[in-house]
Amino acid sequence: MTEINLNTSTVRSLNEALQGAASGGKFSISNTGGKHAVSVGLTTAINVGINGHVGYYCAGMNQQASIAINGNAGPGLAENMMSGKVHVTGNASQYAGATAHGGLLVIEGDASSRCGISMKGVDIVVGGNIGHMSAFMAQSGCLVVCGDAGDALGDSIYEARLYVRGQVASLGTDCIEKEMRAEHKEQLEELLKQSEMGHNVDEFRRYGSARKLYNFDIDQVDAY
Amino acid sequence: MCGIVGLFIKNPALESQLGALIAPMLSEMTERGPDSAGIAIYRDPHTNGCKISVLAQHSNFDWNALEVAIKTVFSLKKIAVVHNQAVLFVNSSADEVQDWLDNNYSELSITSSGTNIEVFKGVGDPLDFIEKFDIKSMSGTHALGHTRMATESAITTEHSHPFSTGQDLCLVHNGSLSNHNRLRETLRRRGVKFTTDNDTEVAAGYLSWRLSEGDDLEQALNHAIDDLDGFYTFAIGTKDGFAVMRDPVGCKPAIMAETDDWAAMASEYRAIATLPGAENARIWEPEPTQIYSWKRS
Repeated sequence: MTEINLNTSTVRSLNEALQGAASGGKFSISNTGGKHAVSVGLTTAINVGINGHVGYYCAGMNQQASIAINGNAGPGLAENMMSGKVHVTGNASQYAGATAHGGLLVIEGDASSRCGISMKGVDIVVGGNIGHMSAFMAQSGCLVVCGDAGDALGDSIYEARLYVRGQVASLGTDCIEKEMRAEHKEQLEELLKQSEMGHNVDEFRRYGSARKLYNFDIDQVDAY
Repeated sequence: MCGIVGLFIKNPALESQLGALIAPMLSEMTERGPDSAGIAIYRDPHTNGCKISVLAQHSNFDWNALEVAIKTVFSLKKIAVVHNQAVLFVNSSADEVQDWLDNNYSELSITSSGTNIEVFKGVGDPLDFIEKFDIKSMSGTHALGHTRMATESAITTEHSHPFSTGQDLCLVHNGSLSNHNRLRETLRRRGVKFTTDNDTEVAAGYLSWRLSEGDDLEQALNHAIDDLDGFYTFAIGTKDGFAVMRDPVGCKPAIMAETDDWAAMASEYRAIATLPGAENARIWEPEPTQIYSWKRS
């Protein structure tokens, strides 16, 4: 276990150490104090434990690494993650998991607005609630919300799957409730298991694209 | 981009450290606003009259002449001069003193008025501002601070935040308003005075106008949601505390935290992390359009 204290080490040297580490390495980071861009751009299967709250863009562009944050995360958590796992014990601010292509993002608390905006294959599991405009233009992957969802959920969504246990304040354009078939229950069961959320899949509803925005509709020609 | 910080002392034993606690919060927000900085501090109440903060456009302003002139008209308790700014403690109503200053000293900008509030601001590195105005030595009940990265109007001391919105009220803002030009003209026709082309000054003028129409602060802020177009996280200093509100889209950041000793808000957690006990504070992100406020009970 390598310990890095951000009171004495810079974020740049921390990221250089993490980016150069061989798979299997273990790191523990302390005194984060809300600093930006902690543990970004990792490309190997290392384990990183972060003790404390982090600022903007923590765990961005992550590949393969498993990053656990014991605290809250600021805006842009795990933005554009490609693979690996990012786990936050507290809350995450705006646009967590934005544009992420793969991997698993688990937020035990709440995520605020624009969670999973333009997600492209990541799986996101939120233990609490999510804010407005979440999963906007979401293309692929799953967003699981164990609490409630804010306004305009899944606006202009493509093929991502949204599973919500609580109330949805409102659905965005072209986002509709869909049937929970066996394959969806199986997928959700697996995601809840991986994220250690002890909920019953039958408590969730599924939302997705009505696919009405996919193609130009000749009946709308007068609108242009 | 700009940085906002606010600190409200709950444990009176910490009041003597207010400046020492908010100075590191402000300096932590330097990267968000390296152009200018400002602070509104609530302290040293002058309940038998008013305190007026004024800003001179030139560093060679003759404060002694002002003191002599004021004393011919008003009972002046004291004048506290710091660089090109001063706080006047006058045993008269704020309206009378402001009218007199407007008529006789148009080269002075009034940056705040009330019984408790004092406002200081300056262009340049926030760290220099903190040193120049000796912020760390200030005591008080609560304070708001701002670091500015100008996006829509000039970098001058007058354009810096906080902006006065009435007696013991001030506004700091992170964001930008898109309908400020038209709204400024509307407000001017209703008698609101503006000294700059700054968007935040319009928001401050708007709130002043709503309050003068009989709104309480919460009602004024709710009207602002309808009438202000743009992005904003606002922190509004009041005589007894401060309030925070984000616009409906909520894209400008804000974080709030509270312990038994203090309540704080900032654009980012790293500003709050400088406070004692921050790691164990209750921390949350304010919801869009919700008004959060603290005040002395």
